[in-house]
Amino acid sequence: MSKSRKPAVCQAGSASALPPAGPQTADHTDSPGWVLRLSAWLAVLAVILLFVMIVAAALPAIQISGPGSPLDWVWQPGQGRYGILPMCVGSLALAALALLLGWPLAVGLSCWLLTEENFKFLPLVRFISGLVRFMTTVPTVVYGFAAVFLLTPFARATLGGTGMCLAAAALMLVLLVLPTMTLILMAGLRPRLERLCPWGLALGFSRFDLMRFFVLPRSGRNLASAAVLGFGRAVGDTLIPLMLAGNATQVPGGLSESMRSLTAHMALVTANEVGGAAYNSLFVAGLVLLAVNTAASLALRRLVRREAPAGSSAKQAATA
Amino acid sequence: MKRGILAALLLLCGMGTAFAAAPATPLDAFKGQKGVIDIAGGTAHIPVMKEAAKQIMEANPDVRITVAGGGSGVGVQKVGEGIVQIGNTGRALKPAEVEKYGLVTFPFAIDGVAVAVNPANKVAGLTKAQIKDIFSGKVANWKDVGGADAAISLYVREDGSGTRETFEERAMDKGTSAAGANVVNSNGAMKTAISQDPNAIGYVGIGHLDKSIKGVNVDGMAPSQENAASGQYTVTRLLYMNTKGEPQGITKGFVDYIFTPAGQEIVSKAGYIPYVKK
Repeated sequence: MSKSRKPAVCQAGSASALPPAGPQTADHTDSPGWVLRLSAWLAVLAVILLFVMIVAAALPAIQISGPGSPLDWVWQPGQGRYGILPMCVGSLALAALALLLGWPLAVGLSCWLLTEENFKFLPLVRFISGLVRFMTTVPTVVYGFAAVFLLTPFARATLGGTGMCLAAAALMLVLLVLPTMTLILMAGLRPRLERLCPWGLALGFSRFDLMRFFVLPRSGRNLASAAVLGFGRAVGDTLIPLMLAGNATQVPGGLSESMRSLTAHMALVTANEVGGAAYNSLFVAGLVLLAVNTAASLALRRLVRREAPAGSSAKQAATA
Repeated sequence: MKRGILAALLLLCGMGTAFAAAPATPLDAFKGQKGVIDIAGGTAHIPVMKEAAKQIMEANPDVRITVAGGGSGVGVQKVGEGIVQIGNTGRALKPAEVEKYGLVTFPFAIDGVAVAVNPANKVAGLTKAQIKDIFSGKVANWKDVGGADAAISLYVREDGSGTRETFEERAMDKGTSAAGANVVNSNGAMKTAISQDPNAIGYVGIGHLDKSIKGVNVDGMAPSQENAASGQYTVTRLLYMNTKGEPQGITKGFVDYIFTPAGQEIVSKAGYIPYVKK
């Protein structure tokens, strides 16, 4: 987040996607009160403090070199090996797979929900968008529990192995990230589509054409932020990988292989360890999780900015 | 320990008059008492703790007892930091933990760890050498140990679990489990996994054996509570309650209650063998 872009940052993502607001919000002469400024600074401070604390706690463990280092490929606490790298790979593979399956689904679903014109399907559209909203409230442990009894036997039969594997966990993570991404996409795409609708429809475009030719190509930032959010949720979820991925401390060699995510690893180790090298390696795991999420967020922001010149988004914000 | 006995004697002397008045039942210790006991830690302990808490709270509603899980490590940490009054562990305390927090430990039950397979599996017994080979990943097919021709699905508990430590120490002679083994984080999850997977092998506390999973003989020793109590089945461990310093007041009452005949009955009903101090 560079300083020169302060106004753009404020407008990022959601604001430019908001429906046209009344003239009162465009009035910038009113300075935010000191309460608002204080709360903003408190929030920023809390985030900085979090980073500092995690880094400070992780540093001593990172500096260990040799077999006891957390940056190693073997996790065998009995032998003094505390490597978390297999879990890092596992987490990334799991989240990437979930995103690979979930993101196109979310884009498709949100586009369908926004552009369906056939009168017959309207009740279905209403039902599904209600369902998507409802899905955001389902605790992940429910998904995990149901999948243990329904999905793992199926995965065992089709993929082989134990059924507790990368693919099973990724499939359930899709269910978890799908509603989040769909809602983000709909919130971003809907106002743009609505703005085009009266003229576009009059010119003979269908809602779907408007979406395909005009809205989607200009919504890179929205598409990307949905992906980032989905990725963040997928990397951060604990219970689904804990219950479904098998938790073996190895690098998964295929879809049917058992793996352990960083989050599940932290949950498993904290249950039985207090202090000691195994416990300290968890701070490194936490640091990696934090770094991955930050990096993904920053990288995608930059990517999107390059894609859509700053001028256009500024102009949009000004007209809004 | 000596100081504890002395304290107990003093307390008994002090309450002697009260005891003389009414026939002494173990729950009398809580009469007229008030307060909260928070308990956390080992998950194997929960059935015992819950039942004991229920009995005590029914006898005296002024005593409130909460029971939470979290695992052995959590038990040590929470009791050490004074967040709970009793922290449970399914393993003996490490010297470092005793020293750091000044913990006093009370072993109260014996729990056996049974090797378990899916009921559909025809393998009924394994030698320790076979178990070692299976869990270290050397043997990967059931046909090598007298079963059907199918890949073995390994299930183990998480690092630091009391059940896992007991199993690796007693059944695998301190061997290491294969890195590719699936890890589940409770006896319940282990049971679910084994009962679902026809090729599974894992281990659970003997008290958790039921129709859904099949206990396997180890070196000819049948996994049962009787055999564990008599010493015939050797893959066993103790369950501990731990307090920060000698327990006081109602916390002491609770610990003592577990060791009364009524408390020991609760322990047996939960599927464990009461541990009598020798």
